[in-house]
Amino acid sequence: MPSPLAWAGQIVAYAAFGVGIGYLSLYPAYTHRDPEQAQIKLSFAHAGVHKEDCRRLSYEEISKMPPGQRRPHDCSRERVPVTVELEVDGQVLYAATLPPTGHARDGVSVAYQRFMVAAGRHELIARLRDSKRAEGFDYEHRAQIELAPRQNLAIEFRADKGGFLIH
Amino acid sequence: MGLKQRLRIAWERLESAFTRSFGPAWNPFFQLGALGWFFYWIVAVTGIYLFIFFDTGVTNAYQSLEEITHAQWWAGGVMRSLHRYASDALVVVMTLHMIREYLLDRLRGPRWLAWVTGVPMIWFVFIAGVTGYWLVWDMLAQYVAIVTTEWFDALSIFGEPIARNFLSPTHLSDRFFTLMVFAHIVVPLFLLLVMWIHILRMSDARINPPKGLAIGTGATLLVLSLVFPAVSQDPANLATVPATVQLDWYYLNLYPLFDYVPRPVMWVLTVGFSTFLLLLPWLPPRRRAAAALVDLGNCNGCARCAADCPFNAITMRPRSDSLPYEQEAVVENDLCVACGICAGACPTATPFRRRSALVPGIDLPQLPVRELRERTLAATAALAGPARVLVYGCAHGTRLTALQQPGVATVELSCIAALPPSFIDFVLSGGHADGVFLTGCREGDCHHRQGIEWTRQRLAGERDPFLRARVPRERVHSCWSGLARTTVAVRQLTAFRERLAALAPTERGVPAAREEAGHA
Repeated sequence: MPSPLAWAGQIVAYAAFGVGIGYLSLYPAYTHRDPEQAQIKLSFAHAGVHKEDCRRLSYEEISKMPPGQRRPHDCSRERVPVTVELEVDGQVLYAATLPPTGHARDGVSVAYQRFMVAAGRHELIARLRDSKRAEGFDYEHRAQIELAPRQNLAIEFRADKGGFLIH
Repeated sequence: MGLKQRLRIAWERLESAFTRSFGPAWNPFFQLGALGWFFYWIVAVTGIYLFIFFDTGVTNAYQSLEEITHAQWWAGGVMRSLHRYASDALVVVMTLHMIREYLLDRLRGPRWLAWVTGVPMIWFVFIAGVTGYWLVWDMLAQYVAIVTTEWFDALSIFGEPIARNFLSPTHLSDRFFTLMVFAHIVVPLFLLLVMWIHILRMSDARINPPKGLAIGTGATLLVLSLVFPAVSQDPANLATVPATVQLDWYYLNLYPLFDYVPRPVMWVLTVGFSTFLLLLPWLPPRRRAAAALVDLGNCNGCARCAADCPFNAITMRPRSDSLPYEQEAVVENDLCVACGICAGACPTATPFRRRSALVPGIDLPQLPVRELRERTLAATAALAGPARVLVYGCAHGTRLTALQQPGVATVELSCIAALPPSFIDFVLSGGHADGVFLTGCREGDCHHRQGIEWTRQRLAGERDPFLRARVPRERVHSCWSGLARTTVAVRQLTAFRERLAALAPTERGVPAAREEAGHA
């Protein structure tokens, strides 16, 4: 039969166990981001144009192909990289040339970036180039935005929806 | 004394403090593995209950949990709290179990399997925990989802970043959420499978804690659930940033590091540390002790060695020679830890044998029973004066050098249960010493799992081979003090010698009852 002191020791041990489990399962709180700031996320998965134009095959070339594999054009798989730029209040937050994914470099170019900015009004410009042009951009989007503290603003690029989208 | 040895002694002292309150049978440090199983089952049962009421769609998950938590607080709420707190307790005992097995050097030899399977178990436990927090779909879940997917995106194995699923409220879909529900169910099942492999090499593995300890820990978690119920944080909203979150530090302790350490580096650290853990049983490499050897000419197939082996290393198979016994012992070398408990259990391992060579049916190459008899005789030959004591001790417990003093001789074994009880009879009836002092690991925590218990049962006449009834029990003392409590062993040895001094001394050379090993 355990002594009263031993029982007391057990009670203390169980109490410490319970308090330890309960406390660390919730505390201390962790501040992951400054709650006074807002976040801008820029993300897309978009494919640039093919690096080389498709070439129309001649009648002779098509006729040499197996009947089940005949096609009118010969197209290279590789795509050009996508260049993107994000400017906030005249300052470039992000500028990158994103290579296409995949071994054959024929996949989409992907971006996923986040930036913390001060809450308040901002002028935002997003630009993207997905063509073979050497300079300039194919898409540009300008917006005046009002960001609240802790707000998450997502900027996405969807060519099928006309370019940049702000969520 | 090396750092690891110092840490081990400090650890044993901590455990000894718990032994004082809980006793050796209920000491939670001696039951960490069994407590892990216990908490796993609490998590499983409460999880099944919660799943019945949980809406697995991302849009309704939060609300369904709110209803479980508040509308039926007396059942669902308690179940949810128990689910969380038992999961946290599982991490605690798992971590302590790992540290303990490392410090007590219980990861080498055939124990590598238990150690190595423990590493994926850590991953499974954390994956199950993280996916569990994901399912609540509150601000913490949002934080966990974003940090986790961003971490996985660092691997560049997905066509497009999976973190894009949480870009904004319009991007949220059930697809990912359903995957997490699936993972939260399947991963614990894999965990259970690995837990089973984890204990595969143990005989009589402890998967249930003693009732008292189970009641104590279970009641603590229940009280905690009632007093401090687990609740959700604010609902997830991808239009806002989860700036401040209340983390479960048991599961999410690494997550703050993602704000400071690049994500690829986090992969290197976590995978690197896991690999390091996997290699620990062989770091630094040591020569493995030779496995026990069976001598068929002396093995009568009694199966006591197989019954006593703590690692299932001995199996009984049909006889392969012409001797008229049904079975023979076969040692699986890969499973043998060379503890010698089998030799201690062999009825032919008796030092009284004179007419035939002392070769038992099963023996340990590094300390054969014949060598043990020679060491016993050599150690006791020099003993003089009153209250002469022979100490038999194991290599993993009390340091025998600390017990050496005039009138005391020591003989070290790999495990105290490697000592056939007939040796005690041999020493006392032959007058080689006035008393026999047995020492080793701490009660409830034998390095070779069952050595102390088998010794106790053999001495009490509850387990073959028995200590003969003629042996005066007042001349035999057991002290299970472990490495850290050497002073306790010294104190008990002194008291034992004082008691012996009050008894009539045994006379050296008085012939012991002659007996030949009976193959029974």
